[in-house]
Amino acid sequence: MKQKKISGLNMIQASTRRWWPLFLGPVVAAFIIGFVWPFIQGIYLSFCQFKLIADAKPIGIGNYVRAFKDASFTHAFWYTTLYTVVSLVLINVLAFAVAYALTQNIKGSNLFRTVFFMPNLIGGIVLGHIWSMIFDGILSKFSTSIVMDSKYGFWGLVILMCWQQIGYMMIIYIAGLQAVPEDMIEAARIDGATKAQTLFKVTIPNVMPSITICMFLSLTNGFKLFDQNLALTAGQPILTQPGGTAIKTTEMLALNIFTTYNNSSANAHGTAQAKAVIFFILVAGLGLAQLAYTRKKEVQQ
Amino acid sequence: MKGSLTKERRGKMILSVVLGVICVIYVLPVLAVLINSFKLNTFVKTDTFSLPTGEMWAGVENFVKGMTFGNYPFWNSVKYSVVITVLSTALILIGTSMAAWYIARVNTIFCKILYFLCVFSMVVPFQMVMFTLSNTADKLKLNTPWTIPVVYLGFGAGLAIFMFVGFVKSIPLEIEEAAAIDGCGPVRTFFTVVVPMLKPTMISVGILEIMWVWNDYLLPYLVLDLEKYRTITIHIQYLKGSYGTVDLGATMALILLAIIPVIIFYLACQKHIIKGVAAGAVKG
Repeated sequence: MKQKKISGLNMIQASTRRWWPLFLGPVVAAFIIGFVWPFIQGIYLSFCQFKLIADAKPIGIGNYVRAFKDASFTHAFWYTTLYTVVSLVLINVLAFAVAYALTQNIKGSNLFRTVFFMPNLIGGIVLGHIWSMIFDGILSKFSTSIVMDSKYGFWGLVILMCWQQIGYMMIIYIAGLQAVPEDMIEAARIDGATKAQTLFKVTIPNVMPSITICMFLSLTNGFKLFDQNLALTAGQPILTQPGGTAIKTTEMLALNIFTTYNNSSANAHGTAQAKAVIFFILVAGLGLAQLAYTRKKEVQQ
Repeated sequence: MKGSLTKERRGKMILSVVLGVICVIYVLPVLAVLINSFKLNTFVKTDTFSLPTGEMWAGVENFVKGMTFGNYPFWNSVKYSVVITVLSTALILIGTSMAAWYIARVNTIFCKILYFLCVFSMVVPFQMVMFTLSNTADKLKLNTPWTIPVVYLGFGAGLAIFMFVGFVKSIPLEIEEAAAIDGCGPVRTFFTVVVPMLKPTMISVGILEIMWVWNDYLLPYLVLDLEKYRTITIHIQYLKGSYGTVDLGATMALILLAIIPVIIFYLACQKHIIKGVAAGAVKG
């Protein structure tokens, strides 16, 4: 049987192989245009000073030094980190709670699921504008606005993202919860475990794969957030430091890179590209580390 | 026993009611858009949560204003959004399913490298490539709604190929083998034998791509020639983001127009959308 399988694969392989221009050609061409080439060029340009890509001149690590010295970049880093931690915890706890409630055979669970997932269909820019109207509607009663205080901007973004992401994570958690074997829970119940014990000792260990996925998604989503940040506050309010440099207090990393690029100084493009490389290493590294960690945990379970 | 049963039933009732209340709260932001889209600009900020009655009523005026706002006809951005989303999704579905089948079945060293690069591209944030990508796209004249799908295929290939390869590896080889023995060439085998089996994954990938492309802001903003081509998202951001005096009533009217088709699409294909999202999430 095994022998046959291998020969079968060889047959398909042999007859298909020469068709690569048709099967792979278009995707490889587009992949080079849309990813590979821009990626390589991006790394190269992070070591250059340039206004136009055609006259880029290599300047060593100057862009990276400037990026790390830039107070707005470090502020954006800490702001993004804080936002990601807070939203990761809130979104996952709430999404799990909702998913758990919806899998208890209650009336109307289909309707609830439909409604909770709905905000995911609306794009980030539109969501940001909807919520900025709502927050301003509330805050105007106290003669202030979401762009007046960075605290409002922060919690506003957290609320917005909870509204959007809970439904998404809920779907993944529901799929995980439905895969937990019924008889396992039944066995725990017969053994006299309370509902809480069953939840923590049986259900949660069994949905660890879903938890891994959701944590990973919220972590990278949090760090990569751009549209909602731009549309809700666009980084406002601006804080002018004693040195004269201005910091956009609610600006996250992705938006900071974008703002830097649009700056008119001679080094702006290069610094922005260096920031983008740092950002890439951060996002990719975090994602992989988190994944490796939770995978290890899964095995231990 | 009977007592505990009714107790459990009561618990479930309470849970239903609580979730029902949360549901109503969940819908409120959309209702806020609805009532404010008919409200005069000056009242949107001060009376956000009251119905647009009496002097606040703006009627269709907001919609008329919004659709001609910013020296760009809204209808054009609707048209371009549709063109870009449809073409990109179609191109991604055809291109990546073919490539994924080839990668999974032929599996040479080049295929392995390509597959690895695709997985790698999934962890790269868009900011890393955005400047160079928009520059490249500009040079190659990919800055129109009819050519930008190539950029979407390039940057979005990773997830789609990952999902398709995963599925192709799970389908038994015997079916394709039988087709090959019957004298079916690779192209015909793919389109008449493999594609029908790929249909569920096609729907999942298609839904994910539609949701991404339709709502995307930064990529079209950087790549498209904005004087001529704007998507709905870009149009709304232009109205709200860049100018000093913003007509909030008109903006809300446009937002309402933008989300109505999305909500209809959602209600119509809800089952597929939720399945697609659950399938796409495994990319972690």
